[in-house]
Amino acid sequence: MGIADITFYAFAVTLLGAGFLVTISRNMVHSVLWLILAFLSAAGLFVLLGAEFMAMLLIIVYVGAVAVLFLFVVMMLDIDFASLRSEMARYFPIAAIIGVVLLLQMAMLFGAWSSSEQAMGLRQAPTPDVAEVHNTKALGMIIYDQYFLVFQVSGLILLVAMVGAIVLTLRHRKDVKRQNVISQMHRDPAKAMELKDVKSGQGLS
Amino acid sequence: MIGADLTTALPEIVLALFAMAMLMVGVYGGKDKLAEPILYATAALMVMLALYSGTQSLEPLTAFNGTYLKDGFAQFAKMLILVSAAVVLVMGKSVMIETGLLKFEYPILIALSVVGMMLMVSAGDLIVLYMGLELQSLALYVVATMNRDSSRSTEAGLKYFILGALASGLLLYGASLTYGYAGTTVFAGILSTISEDGMSVGLLMGLAFMLAGLAFKVSAVPFHMWTPDVYEGAPTPVTAFFATAPKVAAMALIARLVHDAFGTVPGDWSQIVALLAAASMFVGAIAAIGQRDIKRLMAYSSISHMGFALVGLAAGTAQGVQGMLVYMAIYVTMNIGVFAFILTMRRDGKAVTDISELNQLSKAEPLRALALLVLMFSLAGVPPLVGFFGKFYVLWAAVDAGLTWLAVAGVIASVIGAFYYLRIVFYMYFGAESEPLDTVRAPVQATLLVACAMIMVLGVINLFGIDGMAALAADALVR
Repeated sequence: MGIADITFYAFAVTLLGAGFLVTISRNMVHSVLWLILAFLSAAGLFVLLGAEFMAMLLIIVYVGAVAVLFLFVVMMLDIDFASLRSEMARYFPIAAIIGVVLLLQMAMLFGAWSSSEQAMGLRQAPTPDVAEVHNTKALGMIIYDQYFLVFQVSGLILLVAMVGAIVLTLRHRKDVKRQNVISQMHRDPAKAMELKDVKSGQGLS
Repeated sequence: MIGADLTTALPEIVLALFAMAMLMVGVYGGKDKLAEPILYATAALMVMLALYSGTQSLEPLTAFNGTYLKDGFAQFAKMLILVSAAVVLVMGKSVMIETGLLKFEYPILIALSVVGMMLMVSAGDLIVLYMGLELQSLALYVVATMNRDSSRSTEAGLKYFILGALASGLLLYGASLTYGYAGTTVFAGILSTISEDGMSVGLLMGLAFMLAGLAFKVSAVPFHMWTPDVYEGAPTPVTAFFATAPKVAAMALIARLVHDAFGTVPGDWSQIVALLAAASMFVGAIAAIGQRDIKRLMAYSSISHMGFALVGLAAGTAQGVQGMLVYMAIYVTMNIGVFAFILTMRRDGKAVTDISELNQLSKAEPLRALALLVLMFSLAGVPPLVGFFGKFYVLWAAVDAGLTWLAVAGVIASVIGAFYYLRIVFYMYFGAESEPLDTVRAPVQATLLVACAMIMVLGVINLFGIDGMAALAADALVR
């Protein structure tokens, strides 16, 4: 067993263990922390595959942004997960039965699995040879060239998500004072202020 | 290269750019004051794009490396989607204003969901299929929740969203199994893999999962649970939209997937589709009997109608696809007519949806009652009307393909279903004495109601040539 194999198993076991702990942790914050460990191990596996760019992306985007955002949300939302769990416990037996049956069916299915002979070749067809093109460029060619349409449509989907979030949550409140830059700049000191010469001993009338 | 690709996908691009431009106009312009002009502009553009799609040559084209297909089938489905979306937008406008729900985002979200639908019917690749479906669904989840201050509407949106996400999960799992076996996501590639190595267990499982995910989108039994709640909870104009264009798109997508990617093994998917069809026809017909709310009733009616359209698909022939397309065109017309009526159901100025409110409508407003009577008879499939021809086409295709049991089941289900359509007619003409509904001045809805009823009567002459167009479309799909 070479060093690469040992590294692979180390990352793979950590990934599976952390993934399992994400689902069973009682504390949501711990779940998110385990999730971060899972992301890091997955990034390690990507490095082993020679996909450095994907590994860095996983760390920067998922660990750096998504997981931290998750952590914020988990800490900010005051959800009583214990009560949610107790509700879930009522349905647990039937869910477990269905799960086990599905798992057995899947096992039977994968026992009889046979991939098409040309599948491997077809799967490799869109990706250029790693020796010739570095993987950032290969990824760029696939995303921005081969799957140009899909890339644009995913942009539209994100737009819809954003519009939807705003439509459903934004409320224009009338009792809020807003800053109006234009009116601030057009403020005329001559009109805004009135100078009064107050004689001593007399008030303003 | 890219220029030709962009020209091929011109309708989608134009509509997407238009939606984004209108978003800018809405945000930086007059906000909700501009909602009405934006709505009319969107509807006008949709009609123009429908005309454009209809006048294009029928020569099949592919674009974006085979992931986008343009052929007679896509063009027929696009015309149907665009026209019905435009009509429903204009039809629901006055009610959206009344209920204070007409935000400028509404027509824009509808336009974006229509872009998704157009991509669905033009998909030549599993990824494009999924992306189109998600774009469509995501916009629909939002418009279902549009009435955010009503717990009904938010419940409808949330239910739709969660169950829709589950269905997307099933679809994606199926797609990944298919990719794992075939090694490609392009439909043509999957088809050639099958013809060389035959159908394997993995591919069959992938197909079954994908059909389950798509059956959710057309609300076929047993994936129909969300339909009545969503139809009832969503604002009525949105419900009218749900019942028309998305159904056409999802049905066309199923046809596209089974014929383009699995066309050489009709036996494998035909049995799944036949089962979905039979279950939908019966559950839709029987469960609707207990419904008193006309929106829930229309939900069950649409489940049953989707069952009939799936019968055409189960046949697995060009004739079956033609029958399905004709059926969908007729179904959409009938639903527009019925929803034009539901939108004007008012008592003391408040919108009502209980069917007993229809009592004695014929005395107060004979024309409206007559138009609804024609539509109800047509929905039930009573012979002289156009609705009968829709059923006739799909059942005939099933018989020709050797699925006589399915055709017989269809006839029985349509007889059961006739009960609740005729009950509405009974209430209108012989219902208990009571104050009839308000007389509402709604010229757009009244025109559409009468026009749809007229189509149901006059269409018997030649179905306005829709069967010929559907035959061309079906030939483009089934080669």
